[in-house]
Amino acid sequence: MSNGQLFSGIDRTLRMLFNVLPIVVGMLLLISLAINLFPMKALFNWFGQRAFVDVLAGASLGSIAAGNPMASYLLGGELLAGGVSLIAVTALIVSWVTVGLIQLPAEMLLLGKRFAIVRNITCYVLAIAVAFLTVCTLQLFG
Amino acid sequence: MEKQVRKAKVKGAWLFLGAMLLAYGVTALIDFSVARQSLHMFGKVFIQLLPVLVFVFVLLVLVNLTLTPDRIRKYVGKASGLKGWLLALVGGVFSSGPVYTWYILLAELKQQGMKASLIAVFLYSRAVKLPLLPLLVHYFGLQYTIILSLYLLCFSILSGIITGALLGENKSSE
Repeated sequence: MSNGQLFSGIDRTLRMLFNVLPIVVGMLLLISLAINLFPMKALFNWFGQRAFVDVLAGASLGSIAAGNPMASYLLGGELLAGGVSLIAVTALIVSWVTVGLIQLPAEMLLLGKRFAIVRNITCYVLAIAVAFLTVCTLQLFG
Repeated sequence: MEKQVRKAKVKGAWLFLGAMLLAYGVTALIDFSVARQSLHMFGKVFIQLLPVLVFVFVLLVLVNLTLTPDRIRKYVGKASGLKGWLLALVGGVFSSGPVYTWYILLAELKQQGMKASLIAVFLYSRAVKLPLLPLLVHYFGLQYTIILSLYLLCFSILSGIITGALLGENKSSE
């Protein structure tokens, strides 16, 4: 590989990074603001309805949540201890990492509007399916 | 045409950042402490994120130097077959860091011919977080962790198939 090719590769990558940097910085600003504006404890009020509504609440909460997935395990553990069903908690954990409403602007800008919307809706529905299947399989074996 | 789309995307990116800065300004006017805490958190996370961004940068340089559009189409393009699905699945499981840092690489690969369904597989399989599995076992038990992880892997493929079908990927390749 010649030096020219190497520099052209680095130059192309740097230009691309410069173009996406505002998206990455904007995303970080958005997530930091969302976490401070909507404290997690307030989200407990979403639950305590009928079982299926709880599952939808779990999947919806996971979809709008942002941050390390570790936080979803902690929140899920607390919700479980508070009497929320394992299906709802699983829907929350799965949609937390597969659906990203907060990341949606960045996903639309970089991967395409149609792709981002279709993928996120698909993943929301699949999160509910995974939750039901996981708990049913667990009951089958347990 | 492609240049115009690219220009619009860059403009959209800066508008997005501008909107976020405006949101911080409005928040500061309403409750200064929330804006300050958020900025503090932003600084902390940004510093944590830097190594991942450097890693993605190195990957991008490697992609630009070694992978030609022809090669990308061969591995993760329309004719990649089972190999492409497996690559996307394994790549997603082993990728770490915030998802939006990976959008950068995926956008570049997409431009060079990566299938949308395989991008969906990659993004879904990121749900299997290998370093966090012990914590998941701690909270929910080993049996639950194994069952959930296996379903997540299977559903990664399913999400790719559904996303590809809804986007009319197969039709466009005919």
